[in-house]
Amino acid sequence: MTDAATAPIERTKGPTRRSIERFFGNRAAMVGLAIFLPILVAIITYDWWWGSGPNEIDLRALNKGPSPEHWLGSDGVGRDVMARLLQGGRVSLIVAVVSVAISTVIGFLVGSFASFGGRVVDASLMRLVDLAMTLPPVIFLLVLASIAGTGITPTILVISLLSWPTLSRMVRARLLELRERDFVVAARGMGAGVPHLLFKHGLPNCIDILVVYATLQVANAILLEAGLSFLGLGIAPPEASWGNMLNLARSTVVLEQYPWQWMFPGAALVLTVLAINFIGDGLRDAFDPRSALN
Amino acid sequence: MLNYIARRIGIGLLMLVALSVLVFVLLRLAPGDAIDAYINPAAPLSMDELAALRARLGLDQPLPVQYFGWLRAAISGDFGFSIQRAGVPVLPLVLERIGPTVLLMGTGMLLAIVLGIAAGIVSAVRRNSATDVALSVASSIGISSPAFLTALLGLYFFSVQLRWAPSGGMLTPGAPFSVSDLLSHLILPAFLLSIGHAALIMRYMRSSLLEVLNQDYVRTARAKGVREFWVIIKHATRNALLPVVTLIGSTIGIAVGGAIFLESVFNWPGMGLLLVNAVNTRDYPVIMCATLIVGACVIAVNLLTDITYAAVDPRIQVA
Repeated sequence: MTDAATAPIERTKGPTRRSIERFFGNRAAMVGLAIFLPILVAIITYDWWWGSGPNEIDLRALNKGPSPEHWLGSDGVGRDVMARLLQGGRVSLIVAVVSVAISTVIGFLVGSFASFGGRVVDASLMRLVDLAMTLPPVIFLLVLASIAGTGITPTILVISLLSWPTLSRMVRARLLELRERDFVVAARGMGAGVPHLLFKHGLPNCIDILVVYATLQVANAILLEAGLSFLGLGIAPPEASWGNMLNLARSTVVLEQYPWQWMFPGAALVLTVLAINFIGDGLRDAFDPRSALN
Repeated sequence: MLNYIARRIGIGLLMLVALSVLVFVLLRLAPGDAIDAYINPAAPLSMDELAALRARLGLDQPLPVQYFGWLRAAISGDFGFSIQRAGVPVLPLVLERIGPTVLLMGTGMLLAIVLGIAAGIVSAVRRNSATDVALSVASSIGISSPAFLTALLGLYFFSVQLRWAPSGGMLTPGAPFSVSDLLSHLILPAFLLSIGHAALIMRYMRSSLLEVLNQDYVRTARAKGVREFWVIIKHATRNALLPVVTLIGSTIGIAVGGAIFLESVFNWPGMGLLLVNAVNTRDYPVIMCATLIVGACVIAVNLLTDITYAAVDPRIQVA
């Protein structure tokens, strides 16, 4: 009897476990988490610990710079920039998360129809995707926004309508490959219907694509919302968002004389997007078994 | 090869038609029509008069009929009249904006390509050094910063604080045209436009070059005594450029988006500014014409990129 046979078999770690370990071992992703989590907590809890509300007016502080009372200064009608920044973050994140949730569902469904719906459906859906990807995103966004109008719901709608094509292409590629795998062929042979194939086999095997896409797309959606609101087409005042706070800087006076009114929201925007991008890249590497080789 | 080109052109034309249908239908979904935009609110018309007007303009026809009528006019260059500036034909209004936008985007992309590739090479060659880390962090920040924020910051620091460049417009109003005046207005927005793209190009260049530097032919070049500088430039970079060129071709559409923000911050009289103003005033004929022309340009650029690749790399035609 050899040693190898008697030695207890060391349990090998499962792929999920290894992915999680890779993610927490990724320095950039950890930096991202360290930036993003405090921002998230501050945005969610700010009305418990911050004195002023986003639309409260302090007439003694019009266009005043940072002070002990208003840490980040105040704007032209005496509203506290810190409170608007935090409320704006809440609005920007809600818009981003909801629109990403919608576009993830659309993207997954379109990708599934394309891969399971036969040649004609596949070809026509993919041409539609090509078309949506050819059009410069911001132009498409402008056209949609000119129809939908301003406000939170139209903005969410516009962003989610714009974002699904990339995902649907990735899902389609994965499902096409999956369709030929033995376990799917076996399930089919045993009479499984399309819903079973999609949700029991397709969805779990696409989860890595979906998670990575959703994370990176949140960053993207924050940028899209900010861009739209910056042009005056997204979230309309008095509701705060990072984009419409930056919109103030289109006035030369604000740009030149009251930089705190736009630089702080700008910094919050870049930090958040940067952090989410780091986390997304970390997740992508964590799901990719090849990255362990490097 | 000819076959492939013909097929690509056919697909491009189809995309253009699909784009026009899409834009047409989308804008018909928008509330209000041309009549609502033109009538004078001070002199209200009766429902019958409105219906008669709609009938005269063909607005009561079914959508496909309206579409083909519009398409026939559009092909002969008649895109209708601007609603905001009543009586001004749309096409010349849009066409005069192409030049400035192409100038801004072209300069910006050129800067981005030069900066991005240079930074990518340095970063890959000095892998894991302080320079590499600094450049990589800078590129992450560049990718995460929206174009309008870069534009605002650039405007604030370079025009307002340092007074290095004028704060907007394409030419000094009233002054006689001179190339130096144009350049002084162009350089700041073009540079700011290039930042985001340079960051992206650098990231691709770095990873692509790192891959190539591990190849056998690079080792061979080193082994036969070629100087390191020439190994990098002649043997590695040339091969590492291919995926970067793909990236540049496929990001033209995104560059158009960036140009829109730069134009509206710097008041640059281009397509983007026109489009943003048209969207703000719901000037649908201008939106349609501008969208179609931008879309056509992007489709044409993509087509050219595809054909260039097929010429460079014959394997592509098969796929």
